[in-house]
Amino acid sequence: MKDTRIQAITQWMKRVLPLLLGFMLTPVAAHATEAPKMGGTLRILVSSAAGTLDPQISYIGLTKFFETPVYDTLLTYPKFAGPNAQPVIPNLAENVPQPEDNGLTYRLTLRKGVHFSNGQLLTVADVASSFRRIFAAGSPTAGPYYSAIKGADICLKDPAHCTLAEGIETDAATNAITFHLSRPDPEFLEHLAWLHASILPASTPPHDMGNTAPPGTGPYQITDYDPTTHMRFERNPYFHEWSHDAQPAGFPDHIEVTFGLEPEASVTAVENGQADLMYENVPLDRLGEVGSKYAAQVHIFTPLLYYYATLNVNEPPFTSLKVRQALNYAVNRHAMVIYDGGSAVASPQCQLLPEGTPGYERFCAYTAGASPQNPAPEWAKPDMEKARQLVQESGTKGMRVTIVTPSGGKSDNTALDLRSILEDLGYKASVHSISPAIHFTFVQNSDNHVQISIGGWNADYPSAASFLDTLFACSNFHPHSDNSPNMSGFCDPHIDDMMHHAAKLAVTDRAASNAAWAQADKALMAQAPAVPLVQTKRVVLVSKRTRNVIITLNDEILLSQLQVP
Amino acid sequence: MTDPAPSPAQDTKPPGPWRMALRSLRHNRSALFSFAVLVFLAVASVLAPYYARYVAHTDPFVSNVAGSITVGGQEMDIMQPNDNPLHLGLSPIGPTWHGSYMLGADSQGRDVAARLLYGGRNSLLISFCSAVLCLVMAAAVGIAAGFCGGIVDTILSRMMDIMWSVPVYLFAISLSIVTVSDGLHLGPFVIESDNLLLPICIIALVYIPYAARPIRGRVMALREAEFVMAARCLGVPRWRIVLQDILPNVTSTLVVLGPLIMAMSLLAESALSFLSIGVQAPAASWGTLIQDGEGLIYTRPMVAIAPGLAIIAVVLALNILGDGLRDALDVRDASHREQ
Repeated sequence: MKDTRIQAITQWMKRVLPLLLGFMLTPVAAHATEAPKMGGTLRILVSSAAGTLDPQISYIGLTKFFETPVYDTLLTYPKFAGPNAQPVIPNLAENVPQPEDNGLTYRLTLRKGVHFSNGQLLTVADVASSFRRIFAAGSPTAGPYYSAIKGADICLKDPAHCTLAEGIETDAATNAITFHLSRPDPEFLEHLAWLHASILPASTPPHDMGNTAPPGTGPYQITDYDPTTHMRFERNPYFHEWSHDAQPAGFPDHIEVTFGLEPEASVTAVENGQADLMYENVPLDRLGEVGSKYAAQVHIFTPLLYYYATLNVNEPPFTSLKVRQALNYAVNRHAMVIYDGGSAVASPQCQLLPEGTPGYERFCAYTAGASPQNPAPEWAKPDMEKARQLVQESGTKGMRVTIVTPSGGKSDNTALDLRSILEDLGYKASVHSISPAIHFTFVQNSDNHVQISIGGWNADYPSAASFLDTLFACSNFHPHSDNSPNMSGFCDPHIDDMMHHAAKLAVTDRAASNAAWAQADKALMAQAPAVPLVQTKRVVLVSKRTRNVIITLNDEILLSQLQVP
Repeated sequence: MTDPAPSPAQDTKPPGPWRMALRSLRHNRSALFSFAVLVFLAVASVLAPYYARYVAHTDPFVSNVAGSITVGGQEMDIMQPNDNPLHLGLSPIGPTWHGSYMLGADSQGRDVAARLLYGGRNSLLISFCSAVLCLVMAAAVGIAAGFCGGIVDTILSRMMDIMWSVPVYLFAISLSIVTVSDGLHLGPFVIESDNLLLPICIIALVYIPYAARPIRGRVMALREAEFVMAARCLGVPRWRIVLQDILPNVTSTLVVLGPLIMAMSLLAESALSFLSIGVQAPAASWGTLIQDGEGLIYTRPMVAIAPGLAIIAVVLALNILGDGLRDALDVRDASHREQ
């Protein structure tokens, strides 16, 4: 009797279990093969707006995130995931130009049949006008990125009468555009792909458009914007996909952005399905919670961003190379990783190029058992003995050192940790915590005599120059100015030559250029004008219903590709 | 041999007002309990270095995120990985309820209990000194305005009105922001930005109108009192009238205001330190501890709750003590006191 019952149960299970398993697995299988979901409204939460919508003016990461599917440049970085999403590819231009005349001439052809969101046809006149507008409207990168164009010097001095007549030649009949440069610019193609080179209608006024978004050629248009409350995107009715890799068509019908919610509240809203994406990183205090309960909704990626301490080589005690090296030896980068949320979110940074940048070759000159002449493959642990010895030799023990840091969160923790280290090395250290809103300009101005400051640096595009040249070239140190990105005040003509050589090589031989940048990275670290701390990852939380999260090297999350039912 | 009998005059001499007030206060259990709480917290805070050294075995001003401790024979990292498949985030160790890290660690890996005691030293010191300084200045202003009257009263009263018209926290924050970057330069004297004198002076300054106004009112009433009129008629100098007749009579007002001003000063100090413009890191106060705990409120709420509870306890105790002192010193309520 007993055996019969067991047999019956076994028979029943054999029949039912496959059905049950099939039922349980059906949603997974369906999910794996589900078709792209067009339509719907994507809801995004951001703590505060980024100010002006003008794509040629705004220099905020948030603007780039929002305006990538609204505006187009002649060239662009590929819109697909992975490290191969470089170098630039054609976008509004039909081709990537080859430099001619030793890098002084670039010829492109504009695509035909592209319309702005107001229905107007894109022409070469719009292209020429857009480049003039970079100067006329006072784009912050007009000087750094576009001064090589012939006539740019006049435009920089007198923007109101900017013509760039010699610099940009157009032919409406053939849609040909020719750029003439006054000097070779090894990164000119990258600059053509930068957001500030967005092509706008020629009728766009030559001033900051503020809260009004000019028409663009991308799949979306911004139809409503109030920086205190919200922003709304709708489809550009005139858009058609000309290159999926350059500017793919979007999935959601509408995108609603709400401003004002703190990240802590945004996490809760996304967890509850009240929003689909929060722009800010998940706060450190909530990482454990989202990692355990919402792991499937978390996306982690590594942007070209790292945190470091700038050492002012013109302010004692950091005028001494030994002191700069001592601090590099003494910093506990393991602790820095902990402040950022642990090894899943950050990794020790021991050099001036972050991982993922062209030219990156991992090394660590300042760790136990290593030296600039004999670097280790990676950071292991601090070498306090060596650090103390270097400070002793420098004769600077007992000096006052003030660390300037943006107030709040991990910056404060990092600064306090550095303070402990400096005290341990024999200095009288203190922390000066100032508002993040003014920190960046404050530390750039040499009149403020900042000895050491903490901050992060994020590249505009994947390039070694945007780290090494921008932060440490002689030409980027402007004493007494708030606009001096070389905050260390470091200037070494020999290293400058190395960087110029590496940049020039990029025009003809990318591999050789990358190798040259790696050498420049090592040469700079030997001089230790900064203390690299950590390379951080972005931890983004999306709602349960959000699909197709594509993360690219240059644009991070592709807004237009997110799918919501 | 027996003691001589007390004279009738000694036998019938009534106790002085302070003695009566003290007797009344001794019968006020709430006030006594509050006083005991304050004494306990003050003594505990004073003993902070001994606690850190001999009980917690830690330096609460040094970052220790990479360190570990032994609890119940088991070694534990101070920053512990969260249990999730993505290995996201680390949390400081929670309360161990042992000597070391009794209330857990903050985001710098420092002992919260030790920092709580060190924070108490600064918070109580600042609030006490601010209250004393405030009352001294308020007494000077109130007595000058109330006793002199006329143009002196007009000028001082209008100045107090102007100060009163600005929200007290806004006023304190403005002063703190100005001084927190470079300190205060007064001719040859420089007060560094991390010097506790800065928050003491700022907090004392912003609360002067709150104490000066009732003192002025009391002095104006005393000025017309018979004994003051008599002293004037006898040709007693004004400064002596102020010192011998006015000041002793406003002392009870100052004593009653003391705990209340100290409570308000404590709250102001906590608010300024929470906003990073009061006590400067790595020094601690209860306000800075709450700020430290703000980023850990979901995982380690004790970091913010412990100093919050300490502030509540002190403010509540000071208010109850202030009420007790008012009852004890209020001559109009003598019948109640005599019971």
